[in-house]
Amino acid sequence: MLAAVRPDAWNLPLVVHVAGAMLLVGALVVVLVLTAAALRRGDGAAVLVRLGFRGLLLGVLPAYLVMRVGAEWVASEEGVGDPAWIGIGYGVADGGLLLTIVATVAAWRASRRDDAGPGGLRRAVVGLSAVLLVGYVVAVWAMTAKPT
Amino acid sequence: MSLYEWLLFLHVLAAFALVGGVVAYGVVVLAGGGDVVRRTLAVPALALWNAGGVGVLVLGIWLAIDAYEVWDAWILAAIVLWFIASAAGGPLSRDVREDKALDLGAARVRFAVMALATALLLVDMIFKPGA
Repeated sequence: MLAAVRPDAWNLPLVVHVAGAMLLVGALVVVLVLTAAALRRGDGAAVLVRLGFRGLLLGVLPAYLVMRVGAEWVASEEGVGDPAWIGIGYGVADGGLLLTIVATVAAWRASRRDDAGPGGLRRAVVGLSAVLLVGYVVAVWAMTAKPT
Repeated sequence: MSLYEWLLFLHVLAAFALVGGVVAYGVVVLAGGGDVVRRTLAVPALALWNAGGVGVLVLGIWLAIDAYEVWDAWILAAIVLWFIASAAGGPLSRDVREDKALDLGAARVRFAVMALATALLLVDMIFKPGA
Protein backbone atom coordinates (compact mmCIF):
# COMPACT_ATOMS: atom_id res chain seq x y z
CA MET A 1 0.00 0.00 0.00
CA LEU A 2 1.11 3.57 -0.61
CA ALA A 3 1.36 5.84 2.41
CA ALA A 4 -0.77 8.95 2.57
CA VAL A 5 0.93 12.17 1.49
CA ARG A 6 -0.05 15.30 3.41
CA PRO A 7 0.34 18.93 2.36
CA ASP A 8 3.61 20.62 3.42
CA ALA A 9 1.71 23.20 5.49
CA TRP A 10 0.71 20.50 7.97
CA ASN A 11 4.26 19.39 8.71
CA LEU A 12 5.43 22.07 11.16
CA PRO A 13 2.32 21.94 13.38
CA LEU A 14 2.54 18.14 13.27
CA VAL A 15 6.17 18.26 14.45
CA VAL A 16 5.12 20.53 17.34
CA HIS A 17 2.23 18.21 18.23
CA VAL A 18 4.20 14.96 18.06
CA ALA A 19 7.30 16.38 19.78
CA GLY A 20 5.12 17.66 22.62
CA ALA A 21 3.36 14.31 22.89
CA MET A 22 6.65 12.40 22.93
CA LEU A 23 8.15 14.64 25.62
CA LEU A 24 4.91 14.37 27.59
CA VAL A 25 4.97 10.57 27.56
CA GLY A 26 8.72 10.44 28.16
CA ALA A 27 8.45 12.72 31.19
CA LEU A 28 5.48 10.73 32.47
CA VAL A 29 7.42 7.45 32.21
CA VAL A 30 10.26 9.01 34.23
CA VAL A 31 7.80 10.29 36.86
CA LEU A 32 6.25 6.82 37.10
CA VAL A 33 9.66 5.13 37.53
CA LEU A 34 10.85 7.66 40.12
CA THR A 35 7.71 7.62 42.25
CA ALA A 36 7.32 3.83 42.00
CA ALA A 37 10.92 3.47 43.21
CA ALA A 38 10.14 5.84 46.09
CA LEU A 39 7.38 3.45 47.24
CA ARG A 40 10.09 1.01 48.27
CA ARG A 41 11.02 3.57 50.93
CA GLY A 42 14.71 2.86 50.60
CA ASP A 43 17.51 5.38 50.67
CA GLY A 44 16.68 8.55 48.80
CA ALA A 45 12.91 8.09 48.55
CA ALA A 46 12.39 11.76 49.39
CA VAL A 47 14.77 12.79 46.59
CA LEU A 48 12.87 10.58 44.12
CA VAL A 49 9.48 12.03 45.11
CA ARG A 50 10.77 15.61 44.85
CA LEU A 51 12.18 14.86 41.39
CA GLY A 52 8.90 13.20 40.43
CA PHE A 53 7.05 16.37 41.41
CA ARG A 54 9.50 18.50 39.40
CA GLY A 55 9.03 16.10 36.47
CA LEU A 56 5.28 16.65 36.53
CA LEU A 57 5.50 20.41 37.00
CA LEU A 58 8.42 21.21 34.68
CA GLY A 59 8.23 18.28 32.26
CA VAL A 60 4.76 16.81 31.86
CA LEU A 61 2.66 20.00 32.11
CA PRO A 62 4.76 22.14 29.69
CA ALA A 63 4.96 19.20 27.24
CA TYR A 64 1.18 18.83 27.49
CA LEU A 65 0.83 22.49 26.55
CA VAL A 66 3.10 22.05 23.51
CA MET A 67 1.21 18.90 22.47
CA ARG A 68 -2.16 20.61 22.83
CA VAL A 69 -1.15 23.80 21.01
CA GLY A 70 0.26 21.61 18.22
CA ALA A 71 -2.98 19.62 18.11
CA GLU A 72 -5.10 22.74 17.70
CA TRP A 73 -2.71 24.05 15.05
CA VAL A 74 -2.86 20.77 13.09
CA ALA A 75 -6.64 20.62 13.40
CA SER A 76 -6.99 24.19 12.11
CA GLU A 77 -4.74 23.41 9.11
CA GLU A 78 -6.34 20.08 8.25
CA GLY A 79 -10.01 20.92 8.81
CA VAL A 80 -10.63 17.23 9.47
CA GLY A 81 -14.05 17.64 11.01
CA ASP A 82 -14.98 15.40 13.91
CA PRO A 83 -14.09 11.77 13.18
CA ALA A 84 -13.79 9.22 16.00
CA TRP A 85 -10.00 9.39 16.23
CA ILE A 86 -10.11 13.14 16.84
CA GLY A 87 -12.71 12.58 19.56
CA ILE A 88 -10.49 9.95 21.20
CA GLY A 89 -7.55 12.36 21.09
CA TYR A 90 -9.49 15.21 22.67
CA GLY A 91 -11.05 12.90 25.26
CA VAL A 92 -7.68 11.53 26.36
CA ALA A 93 -6.11 15.01 26.34
CA ASP A 94 -8.89 16.64 28.38
CA GLY A 95 -9.13 13.82 30.90
CA GLY A 96 -5.34 13.59 30.93
CA LEU A 97 -4.96 17.24 31.90
CA LEU A 98 -7.29 16.79 34.86
CA LEU A 99 -5.45 13.67 36.06
CA THR A 100 -2.08 15.36 35.53
CA ILE A 101 -3.11 18.31 37.70
CA VAL A 102 -4.34 15.95 40.43
CA ALA A 103 -1.08 13.95 40.21
CA THR A 104 0.99 17.14 40.39
CA VAL A 105 -0.81 18.33 43.52
CA ALA A 106 -0.46 14.87 45.08
CA ALA A 107 3.26 14.78 44.22
CA TRP A 108 3.73 18.28 45.66
CA ARG A 109 2.08 17.26 48.92
CA ALA A 110 4.04 14.00 49.02
CA SER A 111 7.30 15.88 48.43
CA ARG A 112 6.65 18.02 51.50
CA ARG A 113 6.41 14.98 53.77
CA ASP A 114 9.40 13.07 55.09
CA ASP A 115 10.12 9.39 54.47
CA ALA A 116 8.12 8.35 57.52
CA GLY A 117 4.92 9.89 56.19
CA PRO A 118 2.02 7.89 54.78
CA GLY A 119 2.52 6.49 51.28
CA GLY A 120 -0.99 7.09 50.00
CA LEU A 121 -0.04 10.20 48.06
CA ARG A 122 2.94 8.46 46.47
CA ARG A 123 0.77 5.52 45.48
CA ALA A 124 -1.76 7.98 44.02
CA VAL A 125 0.95 9.58 41.86
CA VAL A 126 2.10 6.14 40.66
CA GLY A 127 -1.47 5.05 39.90
CA LEU A 128 -2.40 8.27 38.11
CA SER A 129 0.81 8.19 36.05
CA ALA A 130 0.11 4.59 35.01
CA VAL A 131 -3.48 5.42 34.02
CA LEU A 132 -2.26 8.43 32.04
CA LEU A 133 0.28 6.30 30.18
CA VAL A 134 -2.38 3.76 29.20
CA GLY A 135 -4.56 6.62 27.97
CA TYR A 136 -1.76 8.07 25.89
CA VAL A 137 -1.01 4.68 24.30
CA VAL A 138 -4.68 4.57 23.27
CA ALA A 139 -4.33 8.11 21.88
CA VAL A 140 -1.23 7.10 19.88
CA TRP A 141 -3.19 4.16 18.48
CA ALA A 142 -6.08 6.50 17.53
CA MET A 143 -3.74 9.02 15.90
CA THR A 144 -1.99 6.34 13.81
CA ALA A 145 -4.85 3.93 12.98
CA LYS A 146 -7.41 6.76 12.67
CA PRO A 147 -10.55 4.67 13.37
CA THR A 148 -13.70 6.21 11.91
CA MET B 1 -6.45 -2.61 11.15
CA SER B 2 -4.30 -3.17 8.09
CA LEU B 3 -0.68 -4.33 8.29
CA TYR B 4 0.44 -0.80 7.41
CA GLU B 5 -1.60 0.67 10.30
CA TRP B 6 -0.19 -1.89 12.75
CA LEU B 7 3.35 -1.21 11.60
CA LEU B 8 2.83 2.55 11.84
CA PHE B 9 1.29 2.28 15.33
CA LEU B 10 4.14 0.10 16.64
CA HIS B 11 6.75 2.24 14.86
CA VAL B 12 5.38 5.41 16.49
CA LEU B 13 5.08 3.64 19.85
CA ALA B 14 8.74 2.62 19.56
CA ALA B 15 9.61 6.25 18.81
CA PHE B 16 7.79 7.28 22.00
CA ALA B 17 9.86 4.71 23.93
CA LEU B 18 13.04 6.05 22.31
CA VAL B 19 12.21 9.59 23.41
CA GLY B 20 11.34 8.21 26.86
CA GLY B 21 14.90 6.89 27.03
CA VAL B 22 16.28 10.27 25.98
CA VAL B 23 14.22 12.02 28.67
CA ALA B 24 15.38 9.52 31.31
CA TYR B 25 19.05 10.04 30.38
CA GLY B 26 18.40 13.78 30.37
CA VAL B 27 17.16 13.60 33.96
CA VAL B 28 20.25 11.61 34.98
CA VAL B 29 22.79 14.00 33.44
CA LEU B 30 20.97 17.34 33.76
CA ALA B 31 18.55 17.30 36.68
CA GLY B 32 20.90 16.35 39.51
CA GLY B 33 19.66 14.01 42.19
CA GLY B 34 22.91 12.11 42.43
CA ASP B 35 23.47 8.38 42.59
CA VAL B 36 19.98 7.48 43.79
CA VAL B 37 18.41 8.93 40.64
CA ARG B 38 21.13 7.40 38.46
CA ARG B 39 20.59 3.95 40.01
CA THR B 40 16.82 4.26 39.69
CA LEU B 41 16.77 5.36 36.06
CA ALA B 42 19.74 3.45 34.60
CA VAL B 43 17.87 0.25 33.72
CA PRO B 44 14.55 1.80 32.58
CA ALA B 45 16.44 4.35 30.46
CA LEU B 46 18.47 1.59 28.82
CA ALA B 47 15.36 -0.55 28.23
CA LEU B 48 13.45 2.34 26.65
CA TRP B 49 16.41 3.47 24.55
CA ASN B 50 17.22 -0.03 23.28
CA ALA B 51 13.66 -1.24 22.71
CA GLY B 52 12.71 2.06 21.09
CA GLY B 53 15.85 2.16 18.97
CA VAL B 54 15.49 -1.40 17.67
CA GLY B 55 11.73 -0.88 17.18
CA VAL B 56 11.99 2.30 15.14
CA LEU B 57 14.73 0.83 12.92
CA VAL B 58 13.18 -2.59 12.24
CA LEU B 59 9.60 -1.37 11.91
CA GLY B 60 10.73 1.70 10.01
CA ILE B 61 12.55 -0.38 7.40
CA TRP B 62 9.53 -2.71 7.19
CA LEU B 63 7.30 0.32 6.62
CA ALA B 64 9.73 1.65 4.02
CA ILE B 65 9.62 -1.64 2.12
CA ASP B 66 5.81 -1.73 2.40
CA ALA B 67 5.01 1.88 1.55
CA TYR B 68 8.12 3.73 0.30
CA GLU B 69 11.57 2.91 -1.08
CA VAL B 70 14.41 2.13 1.34
CA TRP B 71 16.81 4.24 -0.74
CA ASP B 72 14.65 7.39 -0.53
CA ALA B 73 16.83 10.27 0.69
CA TRP B 74 14.79 10.90 3.85
CA ILE B 75 14.95 7.22 4.81
CA LEU B 76 18.71 7.08 4.28
CA ALA B 77 19.02 10.28 6.34
CA ALA B 78 16.96 8.66 9.10
CA ILE B 79 19.24 5.61 9.15
CA VAL B 80 22.33 7.86 9.39
CA LEU B 81 20.71 9.85 12.23
CA TRP B 82 19.81 6.58 13.97
CA PHE B 83 23.46 5.50 13.89
CA ILE B 84 24.63 8.90 15.17
CA ALA B 85 22.15 8.71 18.05
CA SER B 86 23.24 5.15 18.82
CA ALA B 87 26.93 6.08 18.70
CA ALA B 88 26.31 8.67 21.43
CA GLY B 89 23.66 6.76 23.36
CA GLY B 90 25.61 3.49 23.64
CA PRO B 91 28.58 4.92 25.59
CA LEU B 92 26.25 7.12 27.66
CA SER B 93 24.11 4.15 28.72
CA ARG B 94 27.26 2.17 29.59
CA ASP B 95 28.65 5.02 31.71
CA VAL B 96 25.33 5.51 33.53
CA ARG B 97 25.16 1.79 34.39
CA GLU B 98 28.74 1.55 35.69
CA ASP B 99 29.50 2.03 39.39
CA LYS B 100 32.29 4.57 38.88
CA ALA B 101 31.60 8.30 39.11
CA LEU B 102 29.93 9.74 36.02
CA ASP B 103 32.00 12.19 33.96
CA LEU B 104 29.20 14.75 33.70
CA GLY B 105 30.92 16.81 31.00
CA ALA B 106 31.30 13.89 28.61
CA ALA B 107 27.86 12.55 29.54
CA ARG B 108 26.22 15.88 28.72
CA VAL B 109 27.96 16.07 25.32
CA ARG B 110 26.80 12.53 24.50
CA PHE B 111 23.30 13.35 25.70
CA ALA B 112 23.21 16.49 23.53
CA VAL B 113 24.23 14.48 20.45
CA MET B 114 21.67 11.71 21.07
CA ALA B 115 18.89 14.23 21.81
CA LEU B 116 19.69 16.36 18.75
CA ALA B 117 19.90 13.31 16.45
CA THR B 118 16.59 12.01 17.84
CA ALA B 119 14.92 15.40 17.33
CA LEU B 120 16.22 15.56 13.76
CA LEU B 121 14.88 12.02 13.22
CA LEU B 122 11.41 13.25 14.15
CA VAL B 123 11.67 16.25 11.82
CA ASP B 124 12.94 13.98 9.02
CA MET B 125 10.10 11.48 9.57
CA ILE B 126 7.43 14.17 9.30
CA PHE B 127 8.86 16.45 6.60
CA LYS B 128 10.18 13.51 4.52
CA PRO B 129 12.56 15.68 2.45
CA GLY B 130 12.90 14.41 -1.10
CA ALA B 131 9.84 12.14 -0.87
